[in-house]
Amino acid sequence: MTTHTSNQPDDSVPVIDIQAITKTYQMGAMAVHALRGVSLRVAAGEYVAIVGASGSGKSTLMNIIGLLDPPTSGSYAVNGVEVSQLSKNRLADLRNQEIGFIFQRFHLLPRTTARRQVELPLFYAGVPGGIAKQRALESLTKVGLAERIDHRPDELSGGQQQRVAIARALVTQPSLLLADEPTGALDSQTGKEVMALFHALNAQGITLIVVTHDLGVASQAQRIVTLRDGAIISDELNRRHTTPYLPASTNGHNGMSSAVTTQELPA
Amino acid sequence: MKLFRYLAVSVDSILAHKLRAALTMLGIIIGIAAVLVTVGIGSGAASSITERIEASGTNLLTISAGASRGLNNASTLTVADAALLEDRTIFPTVVAVAPQYSASATIIYGSSEGSYTVVGTTANYASVRNQELATGAFLSEAQVTGDERVVVLGDTVASDLFGADDPVGQSVRIDDTLFTVIGVLEASGSSGFGSSDAQLFVPLGTAQGRLFNAARSNGSYTLTTISVQGVDSDALDALQLQIEQMLRLRHRLSADDENDFTIQNQADMLEIASDVSGTLTALLGSIGAVSLIVGGIGIMNIMLVSVTERTSEIGLRRALGAHDGDILLQFLVEALVLCALGGVVGIGLSFAVAQLLAAIPSMSYTIVIEPWSVLLALIVSTVSGFLFGLYPAMRATRLDPIEALRYE
Repeated sequence: MTTHTSNQPDDSVPVIDIQAITKTYQMGAMAVHALRGVSLRVAAGEYVAIVGASGSGKSTLMNIIGLLDPPTSGSYAVNGVEVSQLSKNRLADLRNQEIGFIFQRFHLLPRTTARRQVELPLFYAGVPGGIAKQRALESLTKVGLAERIDHRPDELSGGQQQRVAIARALVTQPSLLLADEPTGALDSQTGKEVMALFHALNAQGITLIVVTHDLGVASQAQRIVTLRDGAIISDELNRRHTTPYLPASTNGHNGMSSAVTTQELPA
Repeated sequence: MKLFRYLAVSVDSILAHKLRAALTMLGIIIGIAAVLVTVGIGSGAASSITERIEASGTNLLTISAGASRGLNNASTLTVADAALLEDRTIFPTVVAVAPQYSASATIIYGSSEGSYTVVGTTANYASVRNQELATGAFLSEAQVTGDERVVVLGDTVASDLFGADDPVGQSVRIDDTLFTVIGVLEASGSSGFGSSDAQLFVPLGTAQGRLFNAARSNGSYTLTTISVQGVDSDALDALQLQIEQMLRLRHRLSADDENDFTIQNQADMLEIASDVSGTLTALLGSIGAVSLIVGGIGIMNIMLVSVTERTSEIGLRRALGAHDGDILLQFLVEALVLCALGGVVGIGLSFAVAQLLAAIPSMSYTIVIEPWSVLLALIVSTVSGFLFGLYPAMRATRLDPIEALRYE
């Protein structure tokens, strides 16, 4: 847990550094090559969309980035820490500290208040209850749900549920938010609100990777990585992105003006 | 301590599925209650039997005429035998001797009539057999030596013949001879064979001579029973052996002959009774234990369902940084809490059942739920929670987080 974006004075250590990764699944006698040599670097403060049709390997890549699945070969470093040799529990700690997951179906615990949902990662981090409570409240405030901390999932709209999930992802102050089809279960209006929230968070210097097959969602990112048949076929900056990619000013959470945040936060 | 934080997680989860948790616990509740109640019935019965045996007199040897098995021979037990037992120089550990001659007779009082066992005995009987008097007095030495026609009634006899009236001073007819009632014994509480409640007591000589014309052996009236009180229970075994040898000599039995009398040792009877009730308790308890195992399997079943049902939750917890140990502990603690809670409720239920059974009038003894069995029940339910929760919890840790997250 020694590495964290905010502690990194040097921008040259990328949050994600993937070198020639392959992933092969054994399906009976047949070997399925889900990834065939993927290399990807994501710097702190970047907003990257990974797109591709189903079967392109983007889910596999996401699971590897999220430290849920080890690659078959190749190297992967998170904040300069090589992860291929780490133990199961060490990987769990790294997920807890460095990666905030956002899922298509939110994955909130049933019958649990928003605050308790957000406290959960802190529970596994061993943060004492009082501090966890405070940090959960801060995180929920950040996503505009300060008024809803005692609501249970069935008392929240889909957009609000996804914002609880985002607050949960943010609460450990991870290096990276990893979102899997974050608007897939939302109507287009709430989907837009969530995307606006992503923008605001990215503007605060938070690194974002969004895995999606929705080109509308992808077009919000600064950079679009396209996968097909387990390989990257294109990796380009998105000219339609509203805030220009400024590598010089992405050194942590204080790099950007907070004016953007208040502007773009959903009401 | 992390373990206590899981307690909160498991309580949340149990509260989220109240009905299911209650149904799951039911197995443990019934199992624990069954074990406690059955063991309670066993120990209640044991103490009741012990009480009754002790109530019939302490440190008691009962010598009955006739061999313990075989044909019902004529009695060879005589008044002379009983007189010899009184000799302290031969039997220093004897406190008192009460010879008895019993036979059944018809008793008439007014228009009431009944057939009861009439016991001819001496003044010692009441103290030897631990009999208290409800009213009047027991047979006195003088009444016994004078072969007077006086009678002491057992509790049942008194209530049968006299109802609520005071029998003392009244006359009853025993086989056409008039007797004056001088006392009534307190109810012994026990019913059935050997109870003094359905007996009448008259002076020994009166029973042997006037009433029943008892047979003689070697010129001495025969007896049916001799009750001997020893100084303490430790002395009984040696005393029994000594009496046996003396009686064999007096009855001229050769080495090949069986005893023509039977000696019952009260300590032996206590031992047999506690053996029997111990076996009974173990039997009942093991039936209860089977239901406890069934209850534990119920817990395991539900925990397995719960793990499957919460697959995606487990996946999420993994993604958020839960270790194997975290997942294991979460489900293990949940099973433990379910079982321990079921155990506590089961203990409560067993006390309620004990109260309920105690309210049944025909229940002649109380159910004794002892502290050690409550403690044992708690330990057993917790241990079974651990054992039956372990496998489902291990299943939960083995779930692949990717598959688990995809699970709907």
